[in-house]
Amino acid sequence: MTTVAVSLTPVCAADAIPLEGGVAALVDGAAVAVFRSFDGSVFALSNVDPFSGASVLSRGIVGTRGDAPVVSSPMYKQAFDLRTGACLDDAAVRVTAYDVTVVDGVVHVGPARVVS
Amino acid sequence: MTKRQRIVVVGHGMVGHRFAQAAVERGLTETHDVVIFGEEPRAAYDRVALTSWFGSGSDALSLLPGGEYDDPRVRLVLDSVVTEIDRAARTVTVVSPPSAVDDLLANPGAVTVHEYDVLVLATGAAPFVPPVEGRGKDGCFVYRTIEDLEAIRAASAAATSGVVIGGGLLGLEAANALVQLGLDTHVVEMAPRLMPVQLDGAAGATLVRHIERLGVSVHTGVVTEAILGDHSEGGAAVTGLRLRQAGTEAGAPTEVVDAQVVVFSAGIRPRDVLARECDLEVAPRGGVLVDEQCRTADPHVFAIGECAAPGGTMYGLVAPGYAMAEVVVDALLDGPGTFTGADMSTKLKLLGIDVASFGDAFATTDGALELTYADAVAGVYKKLVVSDDGRRLLGGILVGDASAYGVLRPMVSSGLALPDNPEQLILPASSGVQLGMPDEAQVCSCNDVTKADILHAVTEQGCETVADVKQCTRAGSTCGSCVATVKNVIEDHFASVGKVVDKGLCEHFRLTRQELFDVVAVHGYRRFDDIVAAHGTGRGCDVCKPAIASILASQTSSHILEPATAELQDTNDAYLANIQRNGTYSVVPRIPGGEITPDKLIVIGEVARDYGLYTKITGGQRIDLFGARMEQLPAIWRRLVDAGFESGQAYGKSLRTVKSCVGSTWCRFGVQDSVGLAIALELRYRGLRSPHKLKGGVSGCARECAEARGKDFGVIATEKGWNLYVGGNGGATPAHARLLAGDLSTETLVSYLDRFLMYYVRTADRLQRTSTWIDQLDGGLDRVRSVVVDDSLGLGAELESEMARHVGGYEDEWRATLEDPAKLARFVTFVNAPDTPDPSIAFTTERDQIQPIAPALIPVGAPA
Repeated sequence: MTTVAVSLTPVCAADAIPLEGGVAALVDGAAVAVFRSFDGSVFALSNVDPFSGASVLSRGIVGTRGDAPVVSSPMYKQAFDLRTGACLDDAAVRVTAYDVTVVDGVVHVGPARVVS
Repeated sequence: MTKRQRIVVVGHGMVGHRFAQAAVERGLTETHDVVIFGEEPRAAYDRVALTSWFGSGSDALSLLPGGEYDDPRVRLVLDSVVTEIDRAARTVTVVSPPSAVDDLLANPGAVTVHEYDVLVLATGAAPFVPPVEGRGKDGCFVYRTIEDLEAIRAASAAATSGVVIGGGLLGLEAANALVQLGLDTHVVEMAPRLMPVQLDGAAGATLVRHIERLGVSVHTGVVTEAILGDHSEGGAAVTGLRLRQAGTEAGAPTEVVDAQVVVFSAGIRPRDVLARECDLEVAPRGGVLVDEQCRTADPHVFAIGECAAPGGTMYGLVAPGYAMAEVVVDALLDGPGTFTGADMSTKLKLLGIDVASFGDAFATTDGALELTYADAVAGVYKKLVVSDDGRRLLGGILVGDASAYGVLRPMVSSGLALPDNPEQLILPASSGVQLGMPDEAQVCSCNDVTKADILHAVTEQGCETVADVKQCTRAGSTCGSCVATVKNVIEDHFASVGKVVDKGLCEHFRLTRQELFDVVAVHGYRRFDDIVAAHGTGRGCDVCKPAIASILASQTSSHILEPATAELQDTNDAYLANIQRNGTYSVVPRIPGGEITPDKLIVIGEVARDYGLYTKITGGQRIDLFGARMEQLPAIWRRLVDAGFESGQAYGKSLRTVKSCVGSTWCRFGVQDSVGLAIALELRYRGLRSPHKLKGGVSGCARECAEARGKDFGVIATEKGWNLYVGGNGGATPAHARLLAGDLSTETLVSYLDRFLMYYVRTADRLQRTSTWIDQLDGGLDRVRSVVVDDSLGLGAELESEMARHVGGYEDEWRATLEDPAKLARFVTFVNAPDTPDPSIAFTTERDQIQPIAPALIPVGAPA
């Protein structure tokens, strides 16, 4: 993975995201879902559920499948790996995952990750 | 190649049908054609379960739903009566109905003659109607066919009281039917006790106490002197019965019981007239005499079922009839099978009461000893008959609690040695004791299925559930009394081979919803974290989290968006609205019973207009407002709450609506205030979290305009109060609600409903509707009735107080959310741009209202 010209968008305080919950943020015109898992790790995926086209992933239930932290879409319940955006119920589907980092308690969303 | 042989079967009841099935399954149709003549207008149905026709209709009873056999070599001809047998010519004469009713007088029916190589008589039995004066009056019935039940139901509509003559098995079934039809019901039995063939005096007395508690009046030791009638209008309708003490002479004092419906159930007589007319020998008490292969003196003629008397004995149960059908098929295949008598054990549920009698129940064996246990308070009587050395079980009687039947009856047939303390088998503490059952033990007596047969189905045929085994072996498919034992055999087997039968909710919990409910109650958990740490693995998912949220809601009444539970909720609960396909939500204000003032109607219209929402009137008598963006929800609720509305809980798994008709207030047919009751019930149960969504209905009369029987609970007004139906639903698998109790006062109705709903909330599986929940409870609807109406578990007060806590703790979730800034904080589309609406939501207009434009889907396989 190579990363060039990193631009970070601050979106909210980390503790504004409920533990095991998500919020939606607008990043460069794109709807991004930002989640906090049980241990406080922060993840960011596209907010758009690829199965319905609705911008709703941040409203899904956050949990685990096996060892993977996942969110299940509130529409048709497919689970997406928070780390990669891979759909665990359909190997052909993946949502965009974003780099995300917490600086001084503030969540910053970076560019879409390039997945090889 | 030999010529194909032709088998003619006379009669398409349960036994005739079994014969045809066995002929197909065992390959007899490779060499034989089978023609069956049935005189009823429909194919064979489950006569044993006849009473359930009132609840489920004739289709549910049918043993051959399509009316045809899969095998074209078996032909079924209905509506046809065999009138004559010519044994010399080997033919039968058949009268079929005329093709048009108009022909009836000119042509009483088509007469045809059919040849046979083999004739099988399966004509069954007819109810015996004793020669009582007045027995031909209008309102007198027998209890044998679906047509009989249709006639009884029609007559009961205008009746208030009914009498069953005969207190045997069938008589009590018939009494059950009359109770279900809402009649004051009496049972008249000549013997000094009920079910005299199966029960001893103490058991009969215990049974009487149970039955009287259900409102049935029992008269034992009396004879019916006459059936009284009313000649005032030229007709001869039944008005009552005159009874006299058995053993007294005519002229002795009598008693009169009023009744407009009389059902004779005083035993059955074999229908052997065809055999008599062609000079086949019959037994002294009726029934065609046959040998151990069920063959008459004529080698071409067999008789099976209730019309037959193997060795001179007629058997009035279906299981021996099935065995005879199998024996004849075997004989025609040159097999060695014989019929040498049958297990006359019976277990049944009468009016929700367990009754079982098996083996030598009356201790007629030399030296037999009796062990009895009786609890008059609980209405339990159990008797074991054991051999003089105490080593073998010979028989027994169980009333009020027949849970031990599945273990005890096989011990009789297998001769398994009794444990050292046989009384353990019937003492209450032993209810959980599991006794090893030998492989040859018969589990299903109706279909003669042994434990070994069930194990074979599981190990060799891939069966994993009761439903699989039923299909494979027929075990449990007739009277159903052995289903619990079948289930135990399957589960014991899987346990013994170390296979875990996973009933857990999901990968995070091995517990069922019911077990989780109990765990939460016992430990008093309030947080998912504590529950998953103690009883689960991982961090949960969209299956277990909402289930636990629902369980916590049932037990605590705290707002579902409290921090401890907010993140467990499905999106509908999390936003107190229903998510729609484009990510917008619909808003449904509560309109209890569908009654609404013009002012409130105007408010709904104004809100919809001001926010540009699509409006639609729903099937549940509410008004649905569609197309609200998530961030608009609080402002919309504000307007509605200020106008006096509250959340309709259209989201989540909870009580939705209680639908009503206009009832006695406006309707000229209404007999009770259905609107008032519907509103009261909707307000009482609003917000109740449950395993699946719940709906109710209240109809003001039997015309049922509220479609109450399509709801989880349906109330239908009668002149005397309310009839309560449970277990109905629409949806993908529609179900009609069935009668739980009748003619209730409003107070009793509410207490039964409280118990019913809480019992369901406590014990159902996740997303299990009331209909499937009832079906999957051991004992089904009878079980529900025993818990809710008879309070057999002593849970009534507890269930009612849990409901009282729910009712007392109710708060409107919309109002509470509006008053709490922390809860309101979640209602923003973008955390960093709260004023920007979701750009992916767009609408078009159709028929003057908004409609969503489907968002562009990202092609699968081409991630964005």
